[in-house]
Amino acid sequence: MTKPSLTLLASAAGALAALAVALIFFVAPEDADQGLSQKIFYVHVPIALTAYACFGLAAWKAFRLLTTRGERYDLESYSGVHQGTIFGALTLVTGSIWAKASWGVWWTWSSNQLVLFLVLFLFYCAYFMLRYSIEPGPRRERISAVYALFGVALVPVSFLAIRLASDFIHPTVFTRDGPQMTGKMFTAFCVSWAAITLLAYVMYRVELAGKRTDANLRELREALVS
Amino acid sequence: MSGYLGDVAALARKDLRLELRARDTLPAMLLFVLATLVVFHFAMPADAGDDPAYGLLWVALVFTSLLGLARAWVPEREAGALDGLVLAPTDRSAIWLGKTIASLAFLGAAEVVAIPAFVLFFAPLDAHALAGVVLASVGICAVGSLVSAMAAASRGREVLLPLIFLPLVIPIVVGGVGATISEEPGKFLAFLGLYDAVFAILSWAAFEYVVTE
Amino acid sequence: MAEAPIVTARAVERSYGARRVLRGVSFDLARGDALLVTGANGSGKTTLLRLLVGLAVPSRGTIDVALHRSRLGFVGHEPLVYRELTALENLDLYGRLYRVPERRERIGMLLERFGLWDARGERVSAFSRGMTQRLGLCRALLHEPELLVLDEPHSALDTQGAGLLDQELESLAGQSTLVVATHEPERLERVATASLSLGTT
Repeated sequence: MTKPSLTLLASAAGALAALAVALIFFVAPEDADQGLSQKIFYVHVPIALTAYACFGLAAWKAFRLLTTRGERYDLESYSGVHQGTIFGALTLVTGSIWAKASWGVWWTWSSNQLVLFLVLFLFYCAYFMLRYSIEPGPRRERISAVYALFGVALVPVSFLAIRLASDFIHPTVFTRDGPQMTGKMFTAFCVSWAAITLLAYVMYRVELAGKRTDANLRELREALVS
Repeated sequence: MSGYLGDVAALARKDLRLELRARDTLPAMLLFVLATLVVFHFAMPADAGDDPAYGLLWVALVFTSLLGLARAWVPEREAGALDGLVLAPTDRSAIWLGKTIASLAFLGAAEVVAIPAFVLFFAPLDAHALAGVVLASVGICAVGSLVSAMAAASRGREVLLPLIFLPLVIPIVVGGVGATISEEPGKFLAFLGLYDAVFAILSWAAFEYVVTE
Repeated sequence: MAEAPIVTARAVERSYGARRVLRGVSFDLARGDALLVTGANGSGKTTLLRLLVGLAVPSRGTIDVALHRSRLGFVGHEPLVYRELTALENLDLYGRLYRVPERRERIGMLLERFGLWDARGERVSAFSRGMTQRLGLCRALLHEPELLVLDEPHSALDTQGAGLLDQELESLAGQSTLVVATHEPERLERVATASLSLGTT
């Protein structure tokens, strides 16, 4: 199974993104209550879903590393966490913008999604601190992998916790109904989701290629020196 | 008691014996939790009421446990004893379980002092709150033993442990506070039980990979 | 009819990040062999020994040890004991973990043999360096390992302890398999059956 070339994928991502923008702004109807600012939903939700997907991918690669000892899985898991963290940060930013547009505040604790991402963001930032304070080698790979696996266990548990916490920590002042999506909105959403997922995958591949090249370069240098 | 559980018991006993001799971790935890409670008194506005205090109890417990967990693997690091344990035919998960049980004993001892002090300084605690403390302690020690071992394998130990520990215990804080102040403590206690089950099993299974190559 | 080798090493390499510590090491060890590993500091002796007992894995190549880790004995640069436990408590713990039969007797015998019987109730933190190393040897020998791996065992020992160790190694030669990293290969001339020199060629 040959991987499709990176340029092809990147072009496809770009094309999809252009299509998505067109659909979002020109085809999908404007929301009655929130107006233009609601459009950020088309970007915010796919970004959040993509972040989850990246963390899930990282955990899967981590699992493979621990069970098969395949060398490649360490960098793949790392790249997954890295992309997930980037998209997680973007989720927080777009979510904050949406909150400002919808409710006039830059942050609210009553958005379960946003709070969950804050916890995850903290968790996965710590991943990098942990990883880079251990010497490169099998120990670092395994500890990183275990941490990545704990991350996906943390997602449902944290979500449940935040749901429970909203009962007593902050009264739910703002409500946000999930948008009832008409056909056009759904199409725009799906195209946007596809574009963002593809973009994330391209970034993942680019990062992985870069890290692999680094590793090969280091090995070559070592071989030449000895 | 033979076999796996016998190993766990021997390892936990070893930790208790070490602490009884060195007497450095437990007194520090006791003093720390008392000092923290006093700081909280000064940190809260006069008309704050009981609820913020209940929240702060959980902050105190989490940070006190951090103090204990930071020292959890020090005896193993001193003369390479961790290598000795890893080399032994014992299941590596037994090493984790023994350490968790010992940590639980120390945290429990700190709580025996902290809880009455809290009731004295701030507000009463009911059976649900105490059940929450028990369940939360199990989760804290289960996850803490594993995460502390990760930090022990790294260079930046002191500063790293809180960073990797705190996000993982946020759900515990939610469960504990809920069990203390909510009208439906039952579901928070159930949640704590769920957390304990999930993360204890995960830690038990994953410990092997943290201490071996 | 030759028995299968206990240890098989093929093209073993070990790197820490960009730093390659071991390269292209290969050898076989049969039961009863005694391998001396020599080389300058930093040539990878410690790494090789840790690879043998499973505390590390090779970056490339393979090391196969046909023994369960319950049959391995190891003394590294550190004695692998608990400083605040007594000698007796340390050995009792390890004896339990290794399921040593009649461990009280065996512990007593080893402590006597290495001259630690009188100090058995003292904490390791009160021991001299030589005594601590001797305790580490007791720990490694407790379960009568079939493969004994020692990393420069003489360096931390005093003269008396070194003599006791040499005696022990001579009595083990031919029955257990030995791998000893050492700066003094002459000491073990009588027991050695093979030698391996690490470092730049």
